[in-house]
Amino acid sequence: MKRRDAMEAVYGQLDRCVVVTIMGAVAAELQSIGHRPNFFYLQHAMGLASSMGLGIALARPELKVVVFDGDGSILMNLGGLTTLARYRPRNLVHVVFDNESLLSVGGFPTATSTGSDIAGMALAAGIARASTVRTLDAFRAAFFDALATDDLTTIVAKVEAVGPSGYVTDLSLLENRYQFQRYLREARSVER
Amino acid sequence: MPVSISSSKLIYQSLKDVGVRLVSALPETWLVHLIRMAEEDREMQLVRLAKEEEGVGISAGAHLAGVSSAMLMQNHGFLASVNGIVSCAQLYRIPLLMLISHRGEFGERDPWQTEGGGVTIHVLDALRIPHARLESPDHVGTRIHKAHTLAKSASRPVALLLCRDLMWEEA
Repeated sequence: MKRRDAMEAVYGQLDRCVVVTIMGAVAAELQSIGHRPNFFYLQHAMGLASSMGLGIALARPELKVVVFDGDGSILMNLGGLTTLARYRPRNLVHVVFDNESLLSVGGFPTATSTGSDIAGMALAAGIARASTVRTLDAFRAAFFDALATDDLTTIVAKVEAVGPSGYVTDLSLLENRYQFQRYLREARSVER
Repeated sequence: MPVSISSSKLIYQSLKDVGVRLVSALPETWLVHLIRMAEEDREMQLVRLAKEEEGVGISAGAHLAGVSSAMLMQNHGFLASVNGIVSCAQLYRIPLLMLISHRGEFGERDPWQTEGGGVTIHVLDALRIPHARLESPDHVGTRIHKAHTLAKSASRPVALLLCRDLMWEEA
């Protein structure tokens, strides 16, 4: 499974969600599929995309929050899995694209290449709905199920270590940040 | 444990008065009453962390989603959060309100707390984070209010140092 194909397979569902991604290939590929004002790309601060997702999910329980995380990033914030489990935001879908590699800095292998199991760690942290998927069909099914279910879900999607040719996109960081904040503000006023 | 209950109440009420509705925290002796107050307050969302840097991401998400937050941590927790502060809060102009218990100054008895006290202000200065000390009860309300105002108008992190004379009542 390629990560870009996986994101493309669920892209149609993302307009109803608030999406936070990590830096690097995930951000560049999702933008190449099509940026939307409800997408935020955390272009640094590795590990904190899942924490940002938790902050949004707790602040706005009426919104469905999707985090597109990666193995290198979540390995920098494994304690965050215990915080996610502890607060169990039922409106959060946590996807970890696991390519067993730090792709954007030269492809050095991460510990998942030698057997560390992110879904296993998420389960052990207390996230009951945590699983690993290895095919596009399985990913699509798991993602749709998570969207339809009112509970915290972690989906570890094993993907190939391939990405885009470059990582800098036309969308500036602060433009993205203020557009995203405005989207969240307007989403609130629409409901009221 | 001679952690000041009256100062903790004053700090907590000041956070409520400026509109803070989410607090992230990692326990430390001087913060115990503040954390308990947040836990018992139905208007406040307390997020107990595994490591302080998570709190930067949580506050960033909460801010973009329209909720004011504060981080409660020891100065060693601040030191553990530096990359998140730089590459999330500063890069993306997030108004973080950090309340840092300033251990390791004059009067510190715990040998393990003594290194952090000497470097905290230097690290805050290196990061260009405005900071003020809360040393007596009459500092609390005005300085929390002013710090919160600057954090919002500058869209940047600010720090308040909770000092021994405010937080600790010698038996």
